[in-house]
Amino acid sequence: MTAFVDRLEGPSPAMEIAKDMVTRGLWAVPVGLGLGALAAGFNGAVSVAYAMALVLVNFLLAAYTLAAAARVSFALVAGAALGGYAVRLGLILIAFLLVRDASWMAKVPFGIAIIVTHLVLLVWELRYVSASMAHPGLKPSVSGQPAAGSRR
Amino acid sequence: MSAVSTAIELAVEASDADAAKATAGASSAGFAYGLAAIGPGIGIGYLVGQAVQAMARQPESAGQVQTTMFLGIAFTEALALIGFVVFILLKFA
Repeated sequence: MTAFVDRLEGPSPAMEIAKDMVTRGLWAVPVGLGLGALAAGFNGAVSVAYAMALVLVNFLLAAYTLAAAARVSFALVAGAALGGYAVRLGLILIAFLLVRDASWMAKVPFGIAIIVTHLVLLVWELRYVSASMAHPGLKPSVSGQPAAGSRR
Repeated sequence: MSAVSTAIELAVEASDADAAKATAGASSAGFAYGLAAIGPGIGIGYLVGQAVQAMARQPESAGQVQTTMFLGIAFTEALALIGFVVFILLKFA
């Protein structure tokens, strides 16, 4: 008979993925700033930086919420995923409304940067996770920890 | 004198038209944002429900399921973010 499991112990893969994406996002910041500066000058660069920061914080918040909920119960994971989704959308809206009238806010580069950063980081991470899932033994590990996506 | 009053009337009409356009734009943006959030909400609910079921059935694969779930949630959220961007561009740009 299989033991009933209603929560997860140990480090969360979601948190590892989010940290990976933040690391890659930090590498992508200069590219984003350059494109923002090309599109709308200094204001564009600052707006793109703000948008990228929002996306990265959004990823970290989502992963932390799921990881914390998974340690409590699976039912809470479902609640945290849906509740967190609504709350984070609201937070992004508030973060935008706070600066919408700022002199440096260029709305079109800001909006485009949110979508592009989100999708590019996801696709980038998906390639990495797909590879480590397909070939879990090939990824070199640091301090004996398996790669994200190949855990367990 | 009549030309002046006509100009004033035209200006008032133009002002009303602008106000009506702004009002319609604002309400459309609100609808766009709300509608864009519905689909991802349903998608995330379904995705997480299936993932939780998978983790409960096979706890040994919970790591992979969580990884896939997190990426799936993030991809689904991209739709809502697109709706959000359309909202801010319609309403504020």
